[in-house]
Amino acid sequence: MHPDERNPNNPALSRRLFLQAAAGAAAGAAAGAAPGASAGAAGSPASPGALQGEAPSAVATSDAPSVSLTLEVNGSRHDLRIEPRVTLLDALREQLQLTGTKKGCDRGQCGACTVLVNGRRINSCLSLAIMHQSDHITTVEGLAQPDGSLHPLQQAFLEQDAFQCGYCTPGQLCSAVGMLDEHRRRGVAAAALTDAEIRESMSGNLCRCGAYPQLLAAIRQAAEAQTGAAGNGARTGSCMQGSGMRTA
Amino acid sequence: MNNFSYVRAADVEAALRLAAVPGAAFIAGGTNLVDLIKGGVTQPRVLVDITQITALAQIQESAQGGVRIGALAPNSDLAAHPLIAARYPLLSQALLSGASAQLRNMATVGGNLLQRTRCYYFYDTGFERCNKRRPGSGCGAREGYNRMHAILGGSEQCIAVNPSDMCVALAALDAVVEVRSLRGTHRIPMTDFHRLPGTTPQRDTNLGSGELITAVELPPSRYAQHSNYLKLRDRASYAFALVSVAAGLDFDGERIAAAGVALGGVAPKPWRLVAFEAALRGRRLAELDLAELAAAATADAETLPYNSFKTELVRRAIVRAVRVAAGLEDA
Repeated sequence: MHPDERNPNNPALSRRLFLQAAAGAAAGAAAGAAPGASAGAAGSPASPGALQGEAPSAVATSDAPSVSLTLEVNGSRHDLRIEPRVTLLDALREQLQLTGTKKGCDRGQCGACTVLVNGRRINSCLSLAIMHQSDHITTVEGLAQPDGSLHPLQQAFLEQDAFQCGYCTPGQLCSAVGMLDEHRRRGVAAAALTDAEIRESMSGNLCRCGAYPQLLAAIRQAAEAQTGAAGNGARTGSCMQGSGMRTA
Repeated sequence: MNNFSYVRAADVEAALRLAAVPGAAFIAGGTNLVDLIKGGVTQPRVLVDITQITALAQIQESAQGGVRIGALAPNSDLAAHPLIAARYPLLSQALLSGASAQLRNMATVGGNLLQRTRCYYFYDTGFERCNKRRPGSGCGAREGYNRMHAILGGSEQCIAVNPSDMCVALAALDAVVEVRSLRGTHRIPMTDFHRLPGTTPQRDTNLGSGELITAVELPPSRYAQHSNYLKLRDRASYAFALVSVAAGLDFDGERIAAAGVALGGVAPKPWRLVAFEAALRGRRLAELDLAELAAAATADAETLPYNSFKTELVRRAIVRAVRVAAGLEDA
């Protein structure tokens, strides 16, 4: 989203909305949209599940009402009122001031916004906050222990110097935590992962500084610690350029 | 991003009723829909959240000996599911070649089926001309930068390609899409699910108004031992296919008993090679000129200035995918 879109007084906005309106029904089929009779939804079985502030049978207007929402982030519950269009990323950053999670492309192409939802890594920029009412969300702020001791991946990132500017780091960390957990759940020893497998599994996180070799080394270090395997520095020797993770 | 109202459906019946209003759209993973809303390409007025309908996320063996995949199964879970990994490795491979781990955790099977083209002229509302986004406005790609565009199945009005990897594998595997509406349930073979653009490029699929995808059914596996998904793209991961090939072979001794071959990245829908498959049936690979057959299978290719490389690329990809599936070449 262009930042100016937030400003209702921006003339570019009204022009854009006009052009979009002219596009008409063309886009309606995107996800099984249902242009059709407007009757029938009132009193539907789903009404009890609708969130507070919503009128399930109503046709939305451009100023759809804010809704109440409780988000559980890093073990703490937060009550919010947000518009349905607010992404999880914006709710974390703008409402909860958890600015560790970064906005990169805001279109699901860079991974800077990666967070963990119920232990699974996702792009928070492409997810609506309102859809996470009953989820457990972990951001980079929630990786360390309450006493401040770092998550093994954070420690490994420090020891391997796995960043330069640091902007992609929160997303890289959450993604790596999710990756190692995916392998643990599937019964695969993370230490057995090849460099190519780690690169492929981390390809959703871009690093414009090109810290990929150090990222690989850090993730391997944490993976080997996780599975209690002896470290093998030789495996980190191969260069990432040319396959798997790459500069964009 | 335009605003919309939001409702959550408790079950399929409720979802269908809630979506029976103008401008309603179902949302599940949201990886494509939220992106399209942000870009102003799609402007739903009501989003009907179907993610709480947990019955739609199941993956189980079907009574026919195949597998029934709930529409809400995440791409990552589907790829890793023991039934899929063991019996339909072609599908696992295709799924894992798409997007990133984060996106695969979010994206569902139903949403992947409805994934819209990545044509830049469609995706960027700054371009005036796109018949898919604004019917009758023209096609920016025909006279523009058409490197990623279709060489098969396009029309004067639209040459956008379907971006899905999963759909290419599903086409080769003879999958069937189960669809529910307030009128009942019906099934659409995968090869009939997506439409060619013709004069109505705004309609990607044959999914009707108010209909919801509830499942994908796979027939009993034939290609577990011999399959390959070959995806060629500008970088090694996290990129859409320029050209892809899903190939499954079933051997009776040295002879090919059955073959399922479909192409991605070259057409507005997964492009099944029916005649090519027929030419393989009953034959030994050693007696076939695969390059010649691949050329015949793509003889209708029509290229534009920037996508002419795709014809030779896809022909070579077909040969390689079939040879890898047969075990004659390493992937």
